[in-house]
Amino acid sequence: MAVELDVFVGNTTIMDEEVYQLWLDGYTVNDAVKVRMEGGVMEECEASADVLLSDTMDQYRTFQMCERLLHSPSKLANQLLFQIPPNRQAMLIERYYAFDDAFVREVLGKKLSKGTKKDLDDIGAKTGVTLKSCRRQFDNFKRVFKVVEELKGPLVENIPPIMRLLLISGIMLPLFFFANHRFETGKRKLQYLTFQDFAFCAGQLISNWTVGAVDNMVEDMDVDLDKEFLQELKELKVLITDKDLLDQHKSLVCTALRGKTKAFNEMEANFKNLSRGLVNIAAKLTNTKDVRDFFIDLVEKFIEPCRSDRWTAADMRLYLTHYNNSAHILDTFKHQAVWDRYMVVIKSCIFKMYHD
Amino acid sequence: MPGKLKVKIVAGRHLPVMDRASDLTDAFVEVKFGNTTFKTDVFPKSLNPQWNSEWFKFEVDDEDLQDEPLQVTVLDHDTYSANDAIGKVYIDIDPLLCSEAASVISGWFPIYDTIHGIRGEINVLVKVELFNDLNRFRQSSCGVKFFCTTSIPRCYRAAMVHGFVEELVVNEDPEYQWIDRIRSPRASNEARQRLISLMSGELQRKIGLKVLEMGGNAVVGYLQCFDLEGESGLVVRAIGTACTLDKLSSGSAPNTNTHMHPNTAPASNACNSPSKDGKEPVFGEDLTSSSGPPTPFRALPTTSSSPPPFSPSKPCSRQSSSSDTDLSLTPKTGMGSGGSVGKEAGPLKTLLRQQTQTALEQREFPFFTLTSFPPGFLLHVGGVVSARSVKLLDRIHNPDEPETRDAWWEEIRQEIKSHAKALGCHGVVGYSESTSICEEVCILSASGTAAILNPRYMREGCLDIGITDHRFEEPSPPSCGFCHIPYDELNMPFPAQLTYCYHCRRQKVPDVLFTTINLPQEAAVTGKGCLIQARLCRLKKKAQGEVNATAISNLLPFMEYELHTQLMNKLKLRSMNALFGLHIQISVGENMLLGLASATGVYLTALPAPGGIQIAGKTPGDLSNEHHILTIQKRINDTIAKNKELYQINPPELTEEVVGSPIPEPRQRSRLFRSHSESSDELSELDLSHGKKDAFVLEIDDTDAVEDIHSLLTDAPTPTGFYSCNTEIMPGIYSWTSGVQMFTSVRVFRLSNANLTNQGLNKIFTDLCENLLKSFYFKLRSMIPCCLCQLNFAVAVPEEELIQVAVTAVAMTFDKDQAQEKPADKSTTKGGSETEEQLQFPMELCADASSANTQPSSKISAASVDYGSFADRCSTWLELLRLKAHTIRRGSVKTISSLEHCSPLPEGRSRSLRSNRSFRGSPVTVVKMTPLSFLPGTRIIKYLGIINMFFIRETTSLREEGGVSGFLHTFIAEVFAMVRAHVAALGGNAVVSYSMKECMLMENPNKNQAQCLINVSGDAVICVRETDQEPNPSMANIGQTCASGTDGAT
Repeated sequence: MAVELDVFVGNTTIMDEEVYQLWLDGYTVNDAVKVRMEGGVMEECEASADVLLSDTMDQYRTFQMCERLLHSPSKLANQLLFQIPPNRQAMLIERYYAFDDAFVREVLGKKLSKGTKKDLDDIGAKTGVTLKSCRRQFDNFKRVFKVVEELKGPLVENIPPIMRLLLISGIMLPLFFFANHRFETGKRKLQYLTFQDFAFCAGQLISNWTVGAVDNMVEDMDVDLDKEFLQELKELKVLITDKDLLDQHKSLVCTALRGKTKAFNEMEANFKNLSRGLVNIAAKLTNTKDVRDFFIDLVEKFIEPCRSDRWTAADMRLYLTHYNNSAHILDTFKHQAVWDRYMVVIKSCIFKMYHD
Repeated sequence: MPGKLKVKIVAGRHLPVMDRASDLTDAFVEVKFGNTTFKTDVFPKSLNPQWNSEWFKFEVDDEDLQDEPLQVTVLDHDTYSANDAIGKVYIDIDPLLCSEAASVISGWFPIYDTIHGIRGEINVLVKVELFNDLNRFRQSSCGVKFFCTTSIPRCYRAAMVHGFVEELVVNEDPEYQWIDRIRSPRASNEARQRLISLMSGELQRKIGLKVLEMGGNAVVGYLQCFDLEGESGLVVRAIGTACTLDKLSSGSAPNTNTHMHPNTAPASNACNSPSKDGKEPVFGEDLTSSSGPPTPFRALPTTSSSPPPFSPSKPCSRQSSSSDTDLSLTPKTGMGSGGSVGKEAGPLKTLLRQQTQTALEQREFPFFTLTSFPPGFLLHVGGVVSARSVKLLDRIHNPDEPETRDAWWEEIRQEIKSHAKALGCHGVVGYSESTSICEEVCILSASGTAAILNPRYMREGCLDIGITDHRFEEPSPPSCGFCHIPYDELNMPFPAQLTYCYHCRRQKVPDVLFTTINLPQEAAVTGKGCLIQARLCRLKKKAQGEVNATAISNLLPFMEYELHTQLMNKLKLRSMNALFGLHIQISVGENMLLGLASATGVYLTALPAPGGIQIAGKTPGDLSNEHHILTIQKRINDTIAKNKELYQINPPELTEEVVGSPIPEPRQRSRLFRSHSESSDELSELDLSHGKKDAFVLEIDDTDAVEDIHSLLTDAPTPTGFYSCNTEIMPGIYSWTSGVQMFTSVRVFRLSNANLTNQGLNKIFTDLCENLLKSFYFKLRSMIPCCLCQLNFAVAVPEEELIQVAVTAVAMTFDKDQAQEKPADKSTTKGGSETEEQLQFPMELCADASSANTQPSSKISAASVDYGSFADRCSTWLELLRLKAHTIRRGSVKTISSLEHCSPLPEGRSRSLRSNRSFRGSPVTVVKMTPLSFLPGTRIIKYLGIINMFFIRETTSLREEGGVSGFLHTFIAEVFAMVRAHVAALGGNAVVSYSMKECMLMENPNKNQAQCLINVSGDAVICVRETDQEPNPSMANIGQTCASGTDGAT
């Protein structure tokens, strides 16, 4: 004795956001029912487990039928099969193309052409994201990349609304950026950084170091770093190669810091090392390979030494602010503009990346 | 050549990939009407072809225009092999033939394939030019309007109601023709779809002709059904009510000045089926008692106007003992049914004589398929009349002479008519017909409500009739008048406990009233109503032919009896005294019969309060038993008290007992009253009253009875915030908001092989229905407070061990605070601009929004906030893009926006939302659907024509499509989509009076196959948000208050 068939179809497609999320997260129907039961929806509506199971099955079926449409989101708006209110459509798409930070963190900087089951299995095992969900997110990546890469002509007319949404949702842009420059993010030393950290840094780099950042009138903008600027960064080397300048810089910073922090002694002792580290990073950025190592360099050359000296985040802030500002007082240092453009990104990146 | 049909194929989109090599399709379109076919050019290598064809012109008879559907086939061109069909669209062009309906059909239609489902969409433009045709002998009936709605359509006034029209056409079912063995399933399905489309076109045309003959211009309450009789053929039949409708100029209130004019002369010709009075054997005398009539294929008349009996055992045994069977009659001879025909005979003659011939009586069938009436139209309601007949199907030899089927229905109708007469009524309202077929056995059923219609309406327009009858003309208050008994109290057709009306104190009322109609709007009701269902399973032996038919007809009376007992008990348990919208369905399967009675119980203020239920033990002295009885009694009393509170039934306490009642014996009516055509003398013998006045006694004498009581008590109460009913609107709720969600749900239950008892089956069936309801409540919880209206259950036994229940209903939100009182007048100060917005913006979708309005639930409001920010972000992005109009290179993106968007989730941006409008407007018109005749909060401004669609879907990859649930889920969604697309193409934005007439599912999981047939119908309409319209009396209680519904979403 069993229910052989059980369907419920509304003229307006009924979709429960909670169940949708469970479906996206790759829960099986039975697991989803368990989660929902624990969530207390049953008491709320005097329902039984059977009712919950039947409802979950219905919704899962609906989502499966919708999935095909979600793959090309522009279809969702003018398909006739489901009557879904526009705000619900937006929700569906937004959630479908949402990424788990943990997952994105793993994919960051990886080549997207891969994505074998084994890779996804590994990611899943590492992040706790179900394979189904990994697969969805990975396929979404490829789909969006493909669309953007194939775009021709003016963006306004061609970019599908959904891509607009994704690009601005703050996920795709860092991903493009990271994929484009093949930043190293997978090293063990970088493991402690979250996707949010990287996304923030990517934003900083994009808004300060790319061509479009300075000249808004440039017709053809992209996420390539400003080559000229990178070239100019070499000039900053003077800060460490010129002994006088280095000493002068150190004393200025030390004067400003004295008495303001417990870590003063360590700062004073390490100043030259740290300064060398930061300036060397700047000087090497003309090299594509060194651009890839940007984040690992920041961690190795700056963050790790500071952490071993037990600087607080506030210490870090104080130090970098004065480090940046003091350079302006140096008489013989002529590259103020480049220095600022460099340091504004370095500062905010390090602030973000320095976890107490 | 009175018509020119013009078709233009514009474009296609989302076509499937037909050429694996290129991942593209070379599509072209064939347009076929009648025997003429046109083709478009091939549009190569595209999934979104733009044909933009010339106008294809068909010059055709208007007869063909009515019968034939326009057939649009999309194909994939293949140079070397046969072209592959992608799918088809059938377009019914009937709406274009009526000047008041749609003028053009234009829009995107889903391309449908019976094997693959919807495969892309096609944009088609259709126009018709009609030439005036003055030929008096024409065969077409262009211009007659059809409505599924079972009330006078909202923007019309009934100038005349002519009466009953019926027609049926028969044909061979293509599925059973020899050619089916060699053609593909697709070809067979398409042949079937096309044939049914043709047949329903023909049927409509023929009914239209009858209407024109009667002088009418419209059919209201049009009910069309298919009987798939298998080997013996395919029957398409329809009934309706012919009317002359005048379009109301906008602004005037509908439904107020409705008059009804009998039109006697044409009415007598109304039904062309020959009357067989006098020729048929009259079984009147046999049928009157509860003993079975002596024919095997007898009609099983049942009148439920009286409350059913309460002590089941006695009458049952009596019936079974006397149901002898005589196998000499076969349906083929045309005498297979013993309907009670002797119309003018019997003791009620005196009564009939008093009401000299009214117009209605001169008609062959004074039936009305309407269920709601203009105020004052219904004078008195007698009770439910119904008739059933079991027939053996036989091959229809000559499709052009469907006389056998006609004769069958004729008999049933005659019987209904005589029942109505026995109740002292001259008309039957809320009339409907249905069938249930299993192999070669067919149960025909008809039911309606006997009623007396206002003689004043009769008189107007027809001077020669209806003048002499003054008996019922005493003005009675509208709120209780219809409850007053129509029959003679001294000569009652059955023993009823009459009292003076609790409302006006002048006329007599029965203590319980059963009807098939909607609750009259003016009726005075105490508290709220609720859905009441009686469910029953009966096992029967498998048998063939006449033995089988006999077995079924022997079972039927017991089923009716028990269903009525259940209904009565449940009604009492809820402390209510009347049932509306009563619908009893009996479905036959190979080894069982299913009975399902649904109705909406209410407490009519005019009727006396129902007595409680008392449990009596058969074996007094047994202590444990007595204790048991006491417990049950307590539970029952508790339930009644709880229900009173739940449904807010607090009738004004009547201090004085109704004294001086002229009713001689205030006795408990307690017998099965099946056919009472001419049998008043026999009545007293059958009275099984307990002599106790108001207790309704249930005797527990065996396990059966215990089970019955248990089942009585196991009906779960509806959860807080929900109400349910199977009528149009819920008695006691008047402040609907605009949240509407129509749904269809189907469940199939497989019984185990274990030897099931009737009891076990009953429990399974009851649980199935109860669980379905629980599921609905859960799914629709976001709409609370809400009411499920027009809950229509359809049960079937598709295979030996399967029970199928299909439900279509609508959930509507209402304003809790105002639910109590009828709104006198509501300020409706909505501007006209909002109306347009309403049209563009999804109306149906505001379910969420409105509930968010009334009770802000965090989940819902969160969603809308999300959306706002999404749109906001979009607009920001777009503005930036517009400013710069940049291009994007491979692997690169614009950077300018990154300044703002580099952080993963930009928040708190407060930009103007003005520019979002363009994003909102979905390119797909939102079409609301409802089984009701109206949409709350809106006003129907135009009826665009009837939607009547029949689809077949078949699969040979059932597992791959998600099993049988996945298959049906997709199919139902596809059917909805196609209905919506057709309505949108007609220019409409809603379907009212929607119903799913048929949902036949056949599966064979072993072969990985399934097939399903669905028939749906409804009225396509344009409705606008109710604006500055004067609240009209008839609508006052259904709309008006829902103005703010969609605001939350905009």
